[in-house]
Amino acid sequence: MTEFTPLTGFAGGILIGLAALVLMAGNGRILGASGIFGGLLTLSFEDEFLWRVVVVVGILAGAAGSAWLGWFDPATIAYGGSTATLIAGGLLVGAGTALGSGCTSGHGICGLARVSPRSIVATGVFMAVAIVTVFAVRHLGGA
Amino acid sequence: MGRFLSFALAGLLFGAGVTVSGMVNPMKVLNFLDFLGTWDPTLITVMGGGLVVTFIGYRIILRRARPLFAGSFQLPGTRIIDAKLVGGAVIFGLGWGLSGFCPAPAMASLVFGNIQSLIFVAAMAAGTLAMRAILHRPPSQKELAEVEG
Repeated sequence: MTEFTPLTGFAGGILIGLAALVLMAGNGRILGASGIFGGLLTLSFEDEFLWRVVVVVGILAGAAGSAWLGWFDPATIAYGGSTATLIAGGLLVGAGTALGSGCTSGHGICGLARVSPRSIVATGVFMAVAIVTVFAVRHLGGA
Repeated sequence: MGRFLSFALAGLLFGAGVTVSGMVNPMKVLNFLDFLGTWDPTLITVMGGGLVVTFIGYRIILRRARPLFAGSFQLPGTRIIDAKLVGGAVIFGLGWGLSGFCPAPAMASLVFGNIQSLIFVAAMAAGTLAMRAILHRPPSQKELAEVEG
């Protein structure tokens, strides 16, 4: 069980939205975590790599700072499955976002805000597939 | 300098957002996806908060001629809904549903020092590189013939 936390949920959502605005106003880019992550997987350590490193260091600092300020208790973190499930999940998330050009932030927030037809389709599809996956795992006695 | 500070600020806000909202906890995401079980609707409020801000903010920002620290806005140009987009979303949805992790919370959760997050992010890197290798592989003669046919 996890508790429904609409206030911190909404507050966190606003922070994510502000992050997207800062990136767009400053550098004209969509805030997409999978694209930023993918850009780190390179051997060309130039500007396109460096700015992504700065964003990711910021993400880590933002997460650590939030916990330090008492806005989140890291002890509440619980993982859903076995190590094998995590590896399979990671491989699929990496492959799927590389193929579909986006994830929950790029398509699910920035793309929907721009009313991009591609992002509307992508978000609908990954939400539906994830819901079916959880149903299969939790209620049909799967892995 | 301002340019790099803006990247750092975007990262800080992003990391704080996924953490404060609880999205760094995969169980919370899995419970959101579990309508028929232990449903936790929090993710809707996160997306709602993010969308309210970006929907309004993008409209104001994109009226400007250019961003503060770059020559132009770099918005995705393609509008084509193809098999790559849908297939990618299916694969991502499968991984998200299995793990409860999407890329930003997975990266952010690394600071909490759990080995599970590290395993997930390493697998995510491997998946990204594998897909990139598949996409950039030169097409076979058979595929070229099919495209032309």
